Amino acid sequence: MIKARELAKPQAQSGHTQPAKGGRRHLLDLDDLSRAEIETLLSTAKTMQEVLHRDIKKVPTLRGKTIITLFYEASTRTRVSFEQAGKVLSADVINVSSSGSSVEKGESLYNTAKTLQAMNADIIVIRHPHSGAPYLMSHFLDSCVINAGDGSHAHPTQALLDLYTLQQHLGTVEGLKVVMVGDILYSRVARSNLWGLTKMGAQVVLCGPLTLIPLDFLTAYRNREGHPFASIEVETNVERALEGADAVMVLRLQRERQQAGHLPSLREYSQVYGINQKRLALAKPNVLVLHPGPMNEGIEIDPEVAHGAHSVIEEQVNNGVAVRMAVLYQLATPSREGS
Amino acid sequence: MPEKRVLTNEDIRRVLTRIAHEILERNRGAEGLILVGMHTRGVPLAQRLAEKIAEFEGAKIPVGTLDIGLYRDDLSGGRRPKVHPTEIPVDLEGQRVVLVDDVLFTGRSIRAAMDALTDFGRPQLIQLAVLIDRGHREIPIRADYVGKNIPTSMDEEVQVRLRETDGRDEVVIRTQEEA
Repeated sequence: MIKARELAKPQAQSGHTQPAKGGRRHLLDLDDLSRAEIETLLSTAKTMQEVLHRDIKKVPTLRGKTIITLFYEASTRTRVSFEQAGKVLSADVINVSSSGSSVEKGESLYNTAKTLQAMNADIIVIRHPHSGAPYLMSHFLDSCVINAGDGSHAHPTQALLDLYTLQQHLGTVEGLKVVMVGDILYSRVARSNLWGLTKMGAQVVLCGPLTLIPLDFLTAYRNREGHPFASIEVETNVERALEGADAVMVLRLQRERQQAGHLPSLREYSQVYGINQKRLALAKPNVLVLHPGPMNEGIEIDPEVAHGAHSVIEEQVNNGVAVRMAVLYQLATPSREGS
Repeated sequence: MPEKRVLTNEDIRRVLTRIAHEILERNRGAEGLILVGMHTRGVPLAQRLAEKIAEFEGAKIPVGTLDIGLYRDDLSGGRRPKVHPTEIPVDLEGQRVVLVDDVLFTGRSIRAAMDALTDFGRPQLIQLAVLIDRGHREIPIRADYVGKNIPTSMDEEVQVRLRETDGRDEVVIRTQEEA
């Protein structure tokens, strides 16, 4: 049974994840990471990528550590890349998904998490359909918690791998014009990326039908001097948004959005907002096309673009392993920096 | 923290010249030789040795860099080193590898470095060159080429400074003041 008092423990707004004396314990979103911390993770990921290119892809760094991935939602790339990242670092990785586990028998998140901790998990990687589930877990677990996607809230490792991919191709994120196209309202990828991109100094433009853009971006942030999101622009015309863009992040359009009344039809969306060659030609000549996957080819992205010369979508998958290795390394080897 | 200089930039130059000659003498030339510098200060030392070998022997030998961050045995002991990329430019199979580091102390970094190296292939042999050997070994490891033996006590710290990383060449001993 959940002890109400334990859950009601007052927490400063995500402050409990700030790097304290013992170092950072959880990765829940990018909102409480400093630019320096993000830069350290990205440079560590570069080292990790070298390991991935060796003949023998294995280093003993996390030997004896146990990582449990707990996925309450379907996932291919995120789950597999966390598993691979853990295994390359020599950790023991155990995968739990909601189907086939006690979750089907109605076990609560609290009890499942406590059970996994009792098995001495050092790191628990969680994906959950409800926003905030990883935060809840981080409050009552001693293990490190990594958010692998919660509801429409955050997906920090995806945002980190997007930053890494941009940095790898364009040298820096500072000053880049990055256009996010599509369903911003429900996208956890977009939310974490907004924190990451603005912290790293990119100029972000949100583009999509107004029904899929959070209203806050039209009003609240614009008028708040000094807010990290104050510089974010909204442009409903995709052609205008793409002009001079260094990178386009195409977001997945979930088919349920039409049923929910956000869109007249998928076909119309595709005609008005779909990223095709003609539209891409408006951006910079070396523009990068990113997509967090899985793609709906022919809806938000044209197959020619998805597999074209500007696409770095497959590289994002490879970079995802390196970035997740960096995150596991930083969390599992706590405490002060040494030489 | 009081400092005592034990090697000047001239001393370091002479020491590296001698080690370069010793490496060539022991290996009978530069054939099949590769120098691997350990991050951070082993890297410029390896490059300088390679330049000297090129000068004496007229042979350009490959130089690699190695970071042992991912191989340390003290990761859970509260230290998380910043990791640097490792670059080994040639296949190590059958090569003669000379590991280069600034200070040899407990020997644990060298053990980690050998673990790391063997992940890249099976060299014919591995030798170790260090600028300073300060004693206090914790595992059975010794250097093949030593710039200078400096007996130290545990409350002393040997600091190697190099042009490339610190702006000047010198080796100093620092003594911890009593708190």
